[in-house]
Amino acid sequence: MLIWENIRLAFSSLLASKMRALLTMLGIIIGIGSVIAIMTISSSLTNAVSTSFQEMGANNVTVGLKERSEDSTSTRSGMNFGSSNKTASMEESDRITEDMIDALKTQMKDQIDAVAISESLGSGTIKDGSDYANIAVEGVNEDYFASKKLKLLEGRHIKAADLSGSKNVIMVSDKVVENMFEGDKSKALSEKINVNINSEYYSYYIVGIYKYEETGFSSSTEEDVTTSAYIPLTTAKEQARADEGYSQFTVVTSTDVSDVSAFADSIETFFLPYYMGNKDYQITTTTMESMTESMGDMIRTVTIAIAFIAGISLLVGGIGVMNIMLVSITERTREIGTRKALGAKNSSIKLQFITESVILCLVGGIFGIILGFTLGAVAATLLGYTAAVPFTAILVAVGFSMMIGIFFGYYPANKAAKLHPIDALRYE
Amino acid sequence: MPKKDSNTVIQLSHIVKRFFVGKPNELEILHGIDLEVKEGEFLSIVGESGSGKSTLMNIIGALDKPTEGGYILDGTDVCRAKDKKLSEIRNQKIGFVFQTYNLVARSTALSNVELPMLYAGISKQERHARAKELLEMVGMGERMTHKSDELSGGQKQRVAIARAMANNPSIILADEPTGSLDSKTGRVIMDIFHRLHHEEGKTIVFITHSPELAKETQRIVTLSDGMIADERKGDRVC
Ligand SMILES: Nc1ncnc2c1ncn2[C@@H]1O[C@H](COP(=O)(O)OP(=O)(O)OP(=O)(O)O)[C@@H](O)[C@H]1O
Ligand SMILES: [Mg+2]
Repeated sequence: MLIWENIRLAFSSLLASKMRALLTMLGIIIGIGSVIAIMTISSSLTNAVSTSFQEMGANNVTVGLKERSEDSTSTRSGMNFGSSNKTASMEESDRITEDMIDALKTQMKDQIDAVAISESLGSGTIKDGSDYANIAVEGVNEDYFASKKLKLLEGRHIKAADLSGSKNVIMVSDKVVENMFEGDKSKALSEKINVNINSEYYSYYIVGIYKYEETGFSSSTEEDVTTSAYIPLTTAKEQARADEGYSQFTVVTSTDVSDVSAFADSIETFFLPYYMGNKDYQITTTTMESMTESMGDMIRTVTIAIAFIAGISLLVGGIGVMNIMLVSITERTREIGTRKALGAKNSSIKLQFITESVILCLVGGIFGIILGFTLGAVAATLLGYTAAVPFTAILVAVGFSMMIGIFFGYYPANKAAKLHPIDALRYE
Repeated sequence: MPKKDSNTVIQLSHIVKRFFVGKPNELEILHGIDLEVKEGEFLSIVGESGSGKSTLMNIIGALDKPTEGGYILDGTDVCRAKDKKLSEIRNQKIGFVFQTYNLVARSTALSNVELPMLYAGISKQERHARAKELLEMVGMGERMTHKSDELSGGQKQRVAIARAMANNPSIILADEPTGSLDSKTGRVIMDIFHRLHHEEGKTIVFITHSPELAKETQRIVTLSDGMIADERKGDRVC
């Protein structure tokens, strides 16, 4: 009952000096606002990343070579291979051979639906007069399309005959068709295109057109966006004059496998004997789950670091609140004396001022949340993500601003509560 | 004049009050005051400025503790009471009226009167009803929702008296309640005190600089330099 009266009182005293209250709240508003803005962007980003990873296939296990390091741990913390296939030190003998993959397929044929292999030829440009399109050319095997679900709009996938004949055929995105053939898909089919990759020209016939799905990562403009184009793996090998063997491949697990991570571990175990004697490389696996997790961890770490810095402004805001509470208590010394003369207990006085400080911070916090979410949502939208409401962050922010109110209001309120009634009444 | 069988509500015995002003100096303001006030008595305290009237009043009102001496208020040993108990005494047994009104700024007359009841934990409806009744009694029924800064001195003092009466205390302490008012308004206030004494049977201790007003009470105590210099009967008989 007294608490409601205190809340009413707190609001009326804040409203009595609106400008002062607003300026004091500004610290809290900016502090909470920036934390919430960052959290909004981060949770939008995390959502985008995990949906795009999930789209890439939750059942996929990527198997790849990883350089052995001093403190080599065999955990599947994703994202740390892939670049290793470009290191000069990788020898042909280090690479994963066709035989190994065949052995794996035979041994685990119940668990493996398909083995997708891809090898990048490089990024290049298709040019025809003033028309151009950026593509990243990848050599893929037949099974590749089992790991990566593409929506075929026209034509066909790369098939076994393309691979065995090392044919110069290519599957491009509808973006390419838009840029090069004014979007006319049937006209584009079986057309020849010239691709310039690292100043070498390659010619391919278009056999398939798939629908390009925007991922959370793209940042280029519509026109310039680089889309993947797929050619037979054998063709890519020949054109790149690459070594035999592969640096990575993707296993599409059958739906019978319920624990993808455990299955990934057993693949690592399978490769152990092959790489036991290899000083430089070992096999490591990555699942979408672990990728999403490690990406999420990364985003979270960065977010927490930034939020922490933003949180420092909260500290400054809190000090502002404490300052204004001290001023307000000095101004209202006689009122405190009067209240005590009328029978207010020390605890009632304390509660009154702590409530006031909490309300001040809470109102500031709520403004901050609104401001922060708005800014964060705008930023996320501009970056091309769907804005996500960071519920936990909002709850934490509300709780945190109340805590700031209690923490920084406690000392002034206690000071007020301890005032001697006579000294307070005599105060001029 | 107090009746023979009425109880003593205020019993001060050999009250000494010293203030510490700087380390070596001790300022003794009250030098051993003995005073008894009976239930239902209307007492006035007079004396020149600085004689210690307010200091004594603060001790009577449990706002301050004496340095030496004993004080029993309605059976409670005030000197040994803790802060919480003192708050309760001030809330339940005593109603204060100050020279400078001391209304809570930005609050309406009504919420000012409700304040002591709020601290007593009385329900909202009850508070509201009682505050209205009291404001009507002091003739402020028309201005209940006015903020305290919108009231004249006399009006403020009437609100303050209503507030002092909120928890129906047995003792009303008034420190120069007419000191800031013109004589006509002072008269109105004084009449309210007479009514509280006569109709409600309140014990009233009243500090004043006006000999005429003091004469209207039952007993006049004159303080001089922190000691009771004189005690005489006033004109009021009962
Ligand atoms: N907290 C204090 N510290 C030091 N001296 C004090 C304190 N309170 C009161 N005094 C001194 O005590 C003396 C008596 O003060 P008090 O207020 O009781 O006088 P009073 O009789 O009420 O005077 P007035 O009629 O002017 O109100 C004064 O000399 C004053 O300076
Ligand atoms: Mg005085």
